[in-house]
Amino acid sequence: MFWTGIEEVERMFEPLRELERMSRSLARLSAPRGVEFPPVNISENTEGAVITAELPGIEPSDVEISIKGNSLTLKGNRKANELKEGEFYQRQERCAGEFDRTLELPFEINAEKVAARYARGVLTLFAPRAESEKPKKITISSE
Amino acid sequence: MMTEASREDVARRIYTPAVDIIKRKDDLEVVADMPGVDEKTLDVMIEKNTLTIYGKVLQEPAENLTLKSSEYGIGDYKRIFTISEEIDRDRIQATVKNGVLRITLPKAEAVKSRKIAVAAAD
Repeated sequence: MFWTGIEEVERMFEPLRELERMSRSLARLSAPRGVEFPPVNISENTEGAVITAELPGIEPSDVEISIKGNSLTLKGNRKANELKEGEFYQRQERCAGEFDRTLELPFEINAEKVAARYARGVLTLFAPRAESEKPKKITISSE
Repeated sequence: MMTEASREDVARRIYTPAVDIIKRKDDLEVVADMPGVDEKTLDVMIEKNTLTIYGKVLQEPAENLTLKSSEYGIGDYKRIFTISEEIDRDRIQATVKNGVLRITLPKAEAVKSRKIAVAAAD
């Protein structure tokens, strides 16, 4: 047999990781599908928000980004491995399929100025605030 | 102030990448999701019967940004596998594209199933 005992060895050396993996798959079961894929981090400053999404193994052209008001939608398809006849999974942890995820930002997005970049499996978006949403500095005139 | 070198000393968070292992006719394919990693920051090592994959994620400095919500952590990836003797170690190949690592582990010639002609013994 090939690859015998991988699971056993991993369990022996990485009990915590195995536990983490189990809790993650449990979380995946309870959460509605598509909600957590892709996982995103959102940072903000006065100019707008930087959104990063982990999207490994996707062609940038396969991701559709749309903006409406203060929401931003990521849509696409993460292709599964193509298995030929006689090939089978010994282990399958990576998820595949269509995703459609909408993020709500606390401000209106200037859709014209949204910038997107995809590198090393990470999608980075910059969503600037609409002009009307930007904080304005008011100068106080003295008499 | 932290220098670049001292930052390296800080223990980095390590994540386990999600992996698919596909059994094929002549080889095994290991597919690992490692977003943030490229060929320059990835190590695939074989020592004795252990295959280790280690990927470093370089974090881009955030300028005046405040993290508002976080669903994934940033750190390195590590995973260790035990490989059997039947793998031809000299022909192992690895490629990385769009944050996905693919390792091909060819089966050693000796163990490939071979069809043996049966001759009638009389």
